[in-house]
Amino acid sequence: MNMAESAGRAVLIGVRDAFTPIVRFIDLIGDHVILFARAMSWLPRRPLRPGNYLEACEYIGFGSLTIVLLVGAFTGMVMSLQSVYAFRQFQLESFAGGTTGKALAVELAPVLTALMISGRAGAGIATELGTMRISEQIDALESMAVNPVQYLVLPRLIAGMLMAPILTLLFFVIGMIGAYFVAVVGEGVDHGQFILHTRDILRPMDIIQGEIKSVVFGLLVILIGCYQGFNAHGGGRGVGLGTTRAVVFGSVVVLMSDYFLSNILLQLIPPEAT
Amino acid sequence: MSNGARLDHDGTPLDQPHPRWHVRVRGLDKSFGANHVLDHVDLDIERGKVNVVIGASGAGKSVLIKHFMVLLRPDRGSVWVDGTDVFALASKPLSSFRRKFGLVFQFSALFDSLTVEENCAFPLKEHTKKSRAEIKDIVNDRLGALGLEGTQRKYPGELSGGMRKRVGLARALVLEPEILIFDEPTTGLDPLATRNVDEMILAAVERYKVTSVVISHDMASVFRIADRIAMIHQHRILAAGTVEEIQASREPYLFEFIRTSGVAAAYGKEAAP
Repeated sequence: MNMAESAGRAVLIGVRDAFTPIVRFIDLIGDHVILFARAMSWLPRRPLRPGNYLEACEYIGFGSLTIVLLVGAFTGMVMSLQSVYAFRQFQLESFAGGTTGKALAVELAPVLTALMISGRAGAGIATELGTMRISEQIDALESMAVNPVQYLVLPRLIAGMLMAPILTLLFFVIGMIGAYFVAVVGEGVDHGQFILHTRDILRPMDIIQGEIKSVVFGLLVILIGCYQGFNAHGGGRGVGLGTTRAVVFGSVVVLMSDYFLSNILLQLIPPEAT
Repeated sequence: MSNGARLDHDGTPLDQPHPRWHVRVRGLDKSFGANHVLDHVDLDIERGKVNVVIGASGAGKSVLIKHFMVLLRPDRGSVWVDGTDVFALASKPLSSFRRKFGLVFQFSALFDSLTVEENCAFPLKEHTKKSRAEIKDIVNDRLGALGLEGTQRKYPGELSGGMRKRVGLARALVLEPEILIFDEPTTGLDPLATRNVDEMILAAVERYKVTSVVISHDMASVFRIADRIAMIHQHRILAAGTVEEIQASREPYLFEFIRTSGVAAAYGKEAAP
């Protein structure tokens, strides 16, 4: 009887331990949702502090601009180059503009921009807030009757949601310019054909789809950065770990959510409707 | 007295300001998971005096003090500040209530991206409608009173530990708080800087007529500044009273704590009780 009880208990503990990572994962998602809800609940409340929003926009948007433009240009160029060589086998190299444009608008621009924001702004925010947490600066805010979520998290989330689509659009534009130069100037594709096929394949809804995705990605990577910084503990090492997690989780979440978002958007805006 | 009023041990109503006690802590319990930190703590903070809370590292001094401003919420118990049950305050009144307090952090907690002047102006910008010129005047007054003239444009990283503490105090003072809390103000300072900080605390109490609460385990400093001392040990208040009462205490742990601090001889406590 005792043996049966012990065995039963061991099985229970084993099952519980096996599910622990899942419970932790759900817990983590819940914590992020709560942080987001807390931040948004402060949105209509005074003081509004527009300066904090501008500062966050400058940090996330302008600060990431160079790297986004650089990556955008080279992504468009390499996509165009590969497309021209692939399509040349069928004398269809003028399709390079359209395919590159479609790929950039729907996937590459929003995803790569989000990864750039995660690596630069997400990591920076995690480090900044983490340092503020361990040096009691966040407690100091609270002691001065300033809500730290309203003061630190909310402006960054809003800036993430505003700046990511702008950066994505710039990524797309610079990528298309790069693609044009490689295809038309570098590989001798006809200018008229390039433009014509780009217009045929690339639809305005593709760009809108990419923009919708980028709003979600911008929110996710900044929310993860804020969460990791806000909950940092354990000194400098803790801040470092938080920063690493912000980049890793941010990147993984962008790529995972991209699939689900694409699925939803394809249902809502079927390609034939555009 | 109205029916249903909360009465203290001495029969005075807790929900009205007490002439002597500015803060009254009653039956405070706090745990973090399995870690029990405060166990039914009762404590009185005397109005207009320097009240020092002593205890070993990790005894729960900071946790206790953080309840005063509702930076933490207890599992059980209450804190009454001038007749206000602080944990019953809703979000908005709590925000105004917190302005009664000025908190000087152990490592100053200055915003490192702001200059000294911006750090001190921060609470004024957040909570008052004063003009820039008025804010500048107040900040310069507080910095001047603490011997920090000429540091306005410096960043916290450019200041020494003692100066950072003083800037922290200047920032805490700009909103003219009623209660000043110092979290281990002398930790990590050399003896001269420690004495300077002690003098700064006494001068601030004298000049701004505030009630102050100091968390410390630096007994030399404690005896220099304290009007009242309370000791936390094993999650409870082991002893509380005036400096003389604490010095006369025969409580073994308190005696040992003071004796090993090296200042006992100055107070005639060489012998074990």
